[in-house]
Amino acid sequence: MTMRHRLIKKALLFIPLVLFLILGIAFYSQLGKNTQYMPSALIGQKVPAFNLISLNSDQIITQDDLPNTPYLINFWGTWCPACHVEHPFLTTLADDGVVIVGIDYKDEKALAKQWLEEKGDPYLMVLMDEIGHFGVDMGITGAPETFVVNSSGAIVYRLQGVVSESNWSTIQGYLK
Amino acid sequence: MITARIVFCWVVLFFALPGIAQELLTFSSTLNQTRYQNLIEELRCPKCQNQNLADSASGIAVDLREQVHQMIEANKSDQEIVDYMVARYGEFVLYRPIHSSATFLLWYGPFILLGIGLFTFVLVVMANRKKRGAKL
Amino acid sequence: MLPEIGQFSLILSLFFAISLALVPLLGYWKNNQLLLATARPLTFIMSTLVLMSFIVLSLSFLMDDFSVLYVSQTSNSQLPIYYKFSALWGGHEGSLLLWVLVLCGWSSAVALKIRNLPEDIGPVVLAILGMVCSGFLSFLIFTSSPFIRLLPDSPIDGGDLNPLLQDFGLIVHPPVLYMGYVGFSVAFAFAVAALITGNLNAAWARWARPWTTASWAFLTLGITLGSWWAYYELGWGGWWFWDPVENASFMPWLAGTALLHSLAVTEKRGVFKSWTVLLAIFTFSLSLLGAFLVRSGVLTSVHSFAADSTRGIFILVLLLIFVGGSLLLYAIRAVQVRSSVSFGVTGREAWLLLNNILLTVLTLTVLLGTLYPLLFDALGLGKISVGAPYFNSVFTPIALLLIVFMGVGPLSKWHNTKLNVFLLPCIISMVVSVLISGSLVYAYDLGLLAWLSLSIAFWVVCLSFSDWFSKVSVGTKGIIPRARQLPRNYYGMLLAHLGIVVSLVGVVLVSINSQESMVRLSPGEQTSVAGYEFRFDRLEQVQGPNYVSDKAQFTAYKNGQVVALLYPEKRLFNARQQVMTEAALDAGFTRDLYISLGEKLDGDSWGVRVYVKSFVRWIWLGGLLMMVGGLLATLDKRYQRRAGV
Repeated sequence: MTMRHRLIKKALLFIPLVLFLILGIAFYSQLGKNTQYMPSALIGQKVPAFNLISLNSDQIITQDDLPNTPYLINFWGTWCPACHVEHPFLTTLADDGVVIVGIDYKDEKALAKQWLEEKGDPYLMVLMDEIGHFGVDMGITGAPETFVVNSSGAIVYRLQGVVSESNWSTIQGYLK
Repeated sequence: MITARIVFCWVVLFFALPGIAQELLTFSSTLNQTRYQNLIEELRCPKCQNQNLADSASGIAVDLREQVHQMIEANKSDQEIVDYMVARYGEFVLYRPIHSSATFLLWYGPFILLGIGLFTFVLVVMANRKKRGAKL
Repeated sequence: MLPEIGQFSLILSLFFAISLALVPLLGYWKNNQLLLATARPLTFIMSTLVLMSFIVLSLSFLMDDFSVLYVSQTSNSQLPIYYKFSALWGGHEGSLLLWVLVLCGWSSAVALKIRNLPEDIGPVVLAILGMVCSGFLSFLIFTSSPFIRLLPDSPIDGGDLNPLLQDFGLIVHPPVLYMGYVGFSVAFAFAVAALITGNLNAAWARWARPWTTASWAFLTLGITLGSWWAYYELGWGGWWFWDPVENASFMPWLAGTALLHSLAVTEKRGVFKSWTVLLAIFTFSLSLLGAFLVRSGVLTSVHSFAADSTRGIFILVLLLIFVGGSLLLYAIRAVQVRSSVSFGVTGREAWLLLNNILLTVLTLTVLLGTLYPLLFDALGLGKISVGAPYFNSVFTPIALLLIVFMGVGPLSKWHNTKLNVFLLPCIISMVVSVLISGSLVYAYDLGLLAWLSLSIAFWVVCLSFSDWFSKVSVGTKGIIPRARQLPRNYYGMLLAHLGIVVSLVGVVLVSINSQESMVRLSPGEQTSVAGYEFRFDRLEQVQGPNYVSDKAQFTAYKNGQVVALLYPEKRLFNARQQVMTEAALDAGFTRDLYISLGEKLDGDSWGVRVYVKSFVRWIWLGGLLMMVGGLLATLDKRYQRRAGV
């Protein structure tokens, strides 16, 4: 065996170690990340087209009726326990002037009306998505879910779960 | 292994859909039924994170199964249905990842490895024959 | 008081583990017999202390001591007593303690058999095991102690064991699986000891072989039990899901299978020495990797172990030390290895090399598929899923190729094989297998894939039989005395290979020949699936030990004859108010009838899933055969001899 052969053989024996170390770095970078976090597939896109009935006015509302300022789209339902938790915070946001479009997701009209009367109505408008088709178009997996739409009408952020004090600063960062 | 499958989205209580009856579907042809079965087995439930649509009992899985069923009965192609899901839920829902430059290694890596392995096999055997020749 | 004793004995055992890791090595360096001789007693003391703390934790569970945080999280006073005991390993902390206990068990077993080894090797092996024990004990003590107390405000009752885990499966599956997983650390210890002492000869392979085979047998059984458990417990009749955590147990199995075979070559012929050492390190690394993936939360497998990044970092450091350290040692020491033995392309060495190459490719394929989403995410490319469709199309063809070669390999002889040893058996087997499977496929209308897979199955069976026959038919004695003379090792191999085939048949037939139906049924109605009639007789409420159940009765008929009574249930567990589906099944040699209740629909009707699963038992029957084969090979007489005798 020549000197060169030996060197090559020596170098080859280090390959497993090197591969392992690379893998180790990848693992390290993933540690502590929230693997449950799912970015929305609609980021950067306009809100998909819809025809939904308004809870308050019984009129058909389409995507053209959405606000021109930055706003939130909040999916909720009276059947959803976490929405009870979320509601008071949404109310304080509304009091601070945050525009929220509510989607009453897979719910009954009477129950929803009663809920808003009892707990207060933080929404600019509430649209009824009784069968959940609009929810599927928005790619939601349950309620509550909240989308941030910016001033040019593009979806920029999605949160699965309760909007609260702890994640509000992140959401606010997108709301412009 | 089963501990892994203890598929309780920790969010179950906090983040849920109403309990909906399991749909019992009818199909216009057995081909459609087979297509339906295959599709819901290849699509991942976007909520309970490690189940396909067929196995998942979560509300959204029921809705999406229904959607697949409708689209099949409306004569949509498998590709159209898959595109529909990807547009809404991202590539995450595909248990069969799309072939692209980013997934090249995933799809062809094993066969490249197989090639390297067989090459090594030939190399080792040849080296041994040479050695044997030298000895004899 | 008791939990503190448990904690204390854990800490004490860590001291002994560290001493075990250091003192014998020092003795090896200084060539000091006295220091070397400490390895055995240190191992026993360490193991006894760990056993003590395990017993203490079991007692805390059995006595409902909810002042212990871990007990209050995973148990409940209403829990039946056998689940109280097995709830011990129902969560992260306890299962880690079980892991350490099993590791200590294996270490003690090595210590008991230490006289089979040369005087300076045995203590070094135990020292390596001591290092592994130290690593896991510190992990347990510093990040995941199961003895943390909730005082003075201890809860009156516990949060209950997850209902999915309240099953016979939890009692047997984790201990057996860990026996396998952790057992590979013995092979690892032998390999590293060989690297340290420079004894990279065939001898280490002979010592490591029975340990590896035994661990492999346990891992096989563990995986089989897990698959069977998932099948009946989860309620939709799947038996393998390519879930990251399942893959985490499957990868060491594949690598361990390769190791079994390469140890055989290294022992018998002294070739592939460096490769075998690498493979031993690789197998153990995959076991550790599995622990990392399950317990660190880096992958989206929704498992019951709470993800915690401190724990993740701790195991990552352990991985770095053990895997990185041993690979570094390997890179430095393996240069010296040179093999002088030669073999031809038809020799058994070449066949086993092929086996190793294919198994390694398969292991890396599973590794790639499991880690790809993680790497994808780490590189900021987004979220993707890699699931069953991927593995079916990439893993399956390579695995089938391996099984084809598995039929031929055993016919070969060391060094070189005359071609006519293969030729006739191969031709006959090919014709026979294609014809038999062809007629079966024709008769039952099964399709091309089934034909291919069944042909491969019969091919292996024919070749195995012809090999056995050629071994027993030579010589003057009768067949039976000669058959009895063949070593256990050989029969072990035969059984394990047949086990693979039996599983293959099960896997293929259950996937292409099963039928299912989702229907709406009210009591009195019936539905038919695959020639069976299922009648929904009645539904009643039943009170269980810690749940209330809607229990249905179904009668299955075939041609008007009653075949089975089935009682699927929907259980509501009191403590967590959690609903669980309990499927009912009638197991059979060629088919399983499987019913699970879905949701209650309007009126008294229910959504019901009915499956007729073809040959599904064969999957696990094959696993059992493999396990028995492994144990038989472990008990081969050759391994009972002492070193140098």
